[in-house]
Amino acid sequence: MPLLLLLVGKSFGVSSSFRHLCSICLPGSKLDYLRSNDWRAESWNLLFAVGVIIGAGIAVFFLSSSPVELLPESYSNRRGALLLLVGGILVGFGTRYADGCTSGHSIMGMSSLNWPSLVATISFFAGGLFVVHIIL
Amino acid sequence: MKAFSALPIGIFFGIVLIKSEVASWFRVRAMFRFEEAHMYLVIASAVVVGAIAIQLIKRLGLNTIAGEPVSLKAKPFTKGTIIGGVLFGMGWAITGACPGPIFAQIGSGEWMAGVTFIGVFVGAFLYAWLKPRLPH
Repeated sequence: MPLLLLLVGKSFGVSSSFRHLCSICLPGSKLDYLRSNDWRAESWNLLFAVGVIIGAGIAVFFLSSSPVELLPESYSNRRGALLLLVGGILVGFGTRYADGCTSGHSIMGMSSLNWPSLVATISFFAGGLFVVHIIL
Repeated sequence: MKAFSALPIGIFFGIVLIKSEVASWFRVRAMFRFEEAHMYLVIASAVVVGAIAIQLIKRLGLNTIAGEPVSLKAKPFTKGTIIGGVLFGMGWAITGACPGPIFAQIGSGEWMAGVTFIGVFVGAFLYAWLKPRLPH
């Protein structure tokens, strides 16, 4: 994160990349949230995301001695796919509504001692605890 | 052009996400069940490093290597900080991935993460569509 601030001069955050992807895929959209979004000025964000994909590939295929398991076996079926889809929609909708995710709020925001980011992080946990202890 | 420096930083971040195992569904679940301190320690160390870096940038008035000021926009508080935050937290617990790790999971060859990715894309679009009708 300090590297990103010093080299690019931008505040750290990943979830806005999905807004940019929406803007790019739907260039004629009438929705103001997508139309008013100058994604070209924020193209670093997409390059960063591409970098994460490459970096993860390097880590798994060259820097790990044993296979890396990131998702449970129980998700490799239709029910799992549906759970991932619904969970993904919650992630996409929630991070855009909250204007940030773990990186933008919990790490960047709390590092900046920005109190709304602390509220956001507590909310993330409230949602997560609810799912883990009450629903699933 | 300077946006391109985000690519190697992204690669570095991708390696960190995999090697620190924060992109693992199992680690996220253990965090929400308070079974291990792993995730808390990784996030806390990121916040401490970030906070020191931000204080140094502010106090020393550091610029980017291109000589431009560093953008440190504080995110404002809205109703979405809490509502969106809770929804995102729920999605985080279900998918085991926040936006950064989704890209990392895809890069690691975890093809089911592609479903999460589609979900996040749809969720971000839903937000763009519903934004005028949501409380902020």
